[in-house]
Amino acid sequence: MTELSDQALLRYSRHILLPELDIAGQQALLGARALIVGAGGLGSPVALYLASAGVGQLTIADDDVVELTNLQRQIAHDKASLGRNKAESAAARMLAMNPEVAVRVIGERLAGQSLADEVARHDVVLDCSDNFATRHAVNRACVAAGVPLVSGAAVRFDGQLAVFDTRQPASPCYHCLFPEEGEANDGPCATFGVLAPLVGVIGSLQAVEAIKLLAGIPVALGRLTLYDALESSFRSMKVPRDPACPVCSGRSSGSE
Amino acid sequence: MKLNLLYFARLKDAFGRDHETLESDAASVGALLAELRARGGAWADELAEGRVFRVALNQELATVDSGLAAGDEVAIFPPVTGG
Ligand SMILES: [Zn+2]
Repeated sequence: MTELSDQALLRYSRHILLPELDIAGQQALLGARALIVGAGGLGSPVALYLASAGVGQLTIADDDVVELTNLQRQIAHDKASLGRNKAESAAARMLAMNPEVAVRVIGERLAGQSLADEVARHDVVLDCSDNFATRHAVNRACVAAGVPLVSGAAVRFDGQLAVFDTRQPASPCYHCLFPEEGEANDGPCATFGVLAPLVGVIGSLQAVEAIKLLAGIPVALGRLTLYDALESSFRSMKVPRDPACPVCSGRSSGSE
Repeated sequence: MKLNLLYFARLKDAFGRDHETLESDAASVGALLAELRARGGAWADELAEGRVFRVALNQELATVDSGLAAGDEVAIFPPVTGG
């Protein structure tokens, strides 16, 4: 592990002051690789916080371009980003905040082999996508590669958050929680409203969990958190493994 | 027996309520769902077999076979998928 420069000690001093992180935790973040799937409402705060926090290698993937309707809540973009690829636009902002991290842009929709390859070369994956099929594809790739997954979702006034790490024998996967058979999408976000800071709340929670995972701070697994912005309430549900899960039941127990 | 039902996300809007106290003889989660579907309309639609939603019994994920007891909290929630 490389020594932190004086500039780095200063930049990350508020992390280093936390005994749970300390210099070793910050060095772990600087040496870590995170994949952010989606650079929209959730991906914006995730990308900005992981970059500012000094996660050393960040990959951000999105095939979409920034439109005016996005700017109400997708805070990594601005007026100058209109028409630009979302991953590219977010990367520019990330590097403006912290040029000391490396940001790789994937301007296409990750699927199939490219998704499997990208997931396998990262230490954590943040699912900031906007549909049920992608959520299941990302989960399958994470289980196959043994890479932890921080899953966030938000629409209207409702958010959901869960961390899956199938390297841990007791951890369920996304499929254990929501089987993919059946109709589940909230519908296109063009027809449903989204409260602007709702994606900030859930995306920020995703960034918190990812930083904990990467810094070696214990993370609660087997739990789904539900946020209701109208009620101002959080609830959490215990999620056990599904012993018949077609995605994760065949995993080898233990690590790797 | 009395059950405390909670509805989340889309279901809250579809059912026009976020909770209710129900007097029911349903012995299992499956029987309770059948009772709710029998209300017809949005209840039959949203809780139909092909729809994805989960039930948590006293804050722990349950299956249709899970047994119910008086005073149980039964939370029904769909996946949120947007981002
Ligand atoms: Zn599973």
